[in-house]
Amino acid sequence: MAQLAAVVGVGQTKYKTKRKDVSIAGLVREAAQNALDNAGLTWKDIDAVILGKAPDMFEGVIMPELYLTDALGCNGKPMLRVHTAGSVGGSTAIVAASYVQSGVFQRVLTVSFEKQSESNAMWALSNPQPFSPHLNAGAGGYFAPIIREYVRRSNAPYDAGIKVAVKDRLHGARNPLAHLQLPEITMKEVEDSPMLWEPLRFLEACPSSDGACAMVITNEELASQSPGTPAWIRGTAMRSEPTMYAGREQVNPQAGIDCAKDVYKQAGITDPRKDLDCAEVYVPFSWYEPMWLENLGFADVGKGWELTMSGATSLDENGDIPWNPSGGVLSSNPIGASGMIRFAEAAQQVRGQAGGHQVDGAKTALGHAYGGGAQFYSMWVVSSEKG
Amino acid sequence: MRDVAIVAYAQSDCQGNAGAQNEVELIMPVLQEVYKQAGITNVQDVDFTCSGSCDYQQGAAFAFVSGVDALGAVPPIKESHVEMDAAWALYEAWLKIQTGQAESALLYGFGKSSPGELPIVLSQQLDPYYLAPLWVDSIAFAAMQARMMLEKGLITEADMAEVVARSRRNALANPHAQLKGEFSVEQLLAEPMYESPLRKHDCCPVSDGACAMVICTVEKAKEWGKPYAVIKGIDHRIETHHIGSRDLTRSVSTELAAEAVGVGNGPVDIAELYAPFSHQEIILKKALGLNNDTVVNASGGVLAGNLMMASGLSRIGEVAMRLIKGEGKRGVAHATSGPALQQNLVTVLEAQ
Repeated sequence: MAQLAAVVGVGQTKYKTKRKDVSIAGLVREAAQNALDNAGLTWKDIDAVILGKAPDMFEGVIMPELYLTDALGCNGKPMLRVHTAGSVGGSTAIVAASYVQSGVFQRVLTVSFEKQSESNAMWALSNPQPFSPHLNAGAGGYFAPIIREYVRRSNAPYDAGIKVAVKDRLHGARNPLAHLQLPEITMKEVEDSPMLWEPLRFLEACPSSDGACAMVITNEELASQSPGTPAWIRGTAMRSEPTMYAGREQVNPQAGIDCAKDVYKQAGITDPRKDLDCAEVYVPFSWYEPMWLENLGFADVGKGWELTMSGATSLDENGDIPWNPSGGVLSSNPIGASGMIRFAEAAQQVRGQAGGHQVDGAKTALGHAYGGGAQFYSMWVVSSEKG
Repeated sequence: MRDVAIVAYAQSDCQGNAGAQNEVELIMPVLQEVYKQAGITNVQDVDFTCSGSCDYQQGAAFAFVSGVDALGAVPPIKESHVEMDAAWALYEAWLKIQTGQAESALLYGFGKSSPGELPIVLSQQLDPYYLAPLWVDSIAFAAMQARMMLEKGLITEADMAEVVARSRRNALANPHAQLKGEFSVEQLLAEPMYESPLRKHDCCPVSDGACAMVICTVEKAKEWGKPYAVIKGIDHRIETHHIGSRDLTRSVSTELAAEAVGVGNGPVDIAELYAPFSHQEIILKKALGLNNDTVVNASGGVLAGNLMMASGLSRIGEVAMRLIKGEGKRGVAHATSGPALQQNLVTVLEAQ
């Protein structure tokens, strides 16, 4: 059966529009070195490297793990490259956990990155294909109609998305690594920003960032010798469904519901709002907070926006279940790393190492990522207790 | 480590040009074939699914997403993907079975290389600052490697032609092979140079197609009542990307992986090596410590047809099927990735 595994080191880069000061190798090396330092380890302590990133077209480098092996100290060791669309950062962490849970490896390094300034992500996602209708709209254009359907069904007030946009940026202002630093942001400022894809305004969308995130994952014995508090991995789950099929529920996808149920069951969580202390959830567009509150079982269907509007998910309003205390994807979005940042921030919360955005006394946290046409999901629950 | 059983494997024909067939159409027939072999209905009957492919072959971000359409993933499934040869998808699934989180898994790899110029496309997997701008293609790298071997006196051009002649001859018995026939070493050496010292036949062809496999615990294989081969060990290693820092006449990462899985701990009856260029088969045989008692590339290997992103998994499937048929007791399969054998995976398999 699966061995216990834990996160013992987390490293991130500063997220910004263009990291012109580093190459792609320099970017991943920075995050990885930070993770090793945080774990009190050196390169030679690592048994294997598991790398994740979103499409290779974002930088124009095919299978960049080949080129990055030197920067990641992997020569002579096993290197694996995961790619599961936007959920990849989370999936990569889960695959890395399986290296240790299998008992085959004792201590692994996992890294994910995106250097989006090397190209234009929206157009890399939109090149026409011979056998499919051409979308030509990027991710925002894809998700906007689904959000409109959510608003129609739930009768949510028009400003629920605006509220999330403000809340996550105020969280981000507590996190020095966050790309957007908007401590003075107001509801009016968001409302007055240009409408991009009805009902999503400019300030309700994620930025495009350069950045990398890394974690060191070890087995139980080595985690117990680690200098910091380990974040014990209490459950991992992944689910996929096709982009399109007759009768597909796109507002509240079944794959997300199933994935959450699976990871909660492993971690012994029956009431996520009560049993979890905080959550880092992939919210690239403001309205996905109320939508995922429902999909992940924090609120009844149609009631997610009520939780958002009540301030329950806000650190600044002393909410009982803070969502995205780091500022989330709305504050930093290096796509291939964004999922791993959610997983790593969840770990930092239960390790008590989240700094200015620490949730007081957080013991158990959810990390979540999704990708494709909201069809790929990866989630983990980490805790300061082995369980 | 738990033994993991390979219970089903299928590969499509290696087609020089699959025409208007899309990836889903390439994948679906091999999936149907492995379901039939394993005696299962569809993807819902396995615990985990993992695939390998490369966006740049299709020329689209998220090429693997359409692959999911071939699966029937309703209700949703536990699924993952590597941007690597599907041999590494097998590795991810093998780990999953080791954790106890899955008892069975479906794997597939696919690629349609014909629409682009594969060797040039692959030049973009090099260091983007120092190497990729030079557009050194995959054949040029292999040619440099072969040149070094020739100049060091490690091989002769006749040795390379010998590898090709055997591949073409073995492929006569492989219905999926693209290139086959009876050729003498003299005939091959009379062919003109392509990228010196490589002749065209020293290079694998570009092929479109897919392969699929079903693996499970030995207990599950017994429950299903199907014949199987057993994965006794699987390991993979990568080495430096900087070509000038490597001894190109050796494959150090293959040697490390072979050591880790204990290739030398017993006789090897059959081996399938992912050698896209004739001289690389000679490097790999040496790195794996294989002698002339081992039947190498009885399928013809990838010189007879190379399904980029599926060929590595195919090597493992080929060995497994031959062990199931009783052609040997112990076999070795190898997969590679990157320029001039930069990354390598080695699997040791045994008959039931």
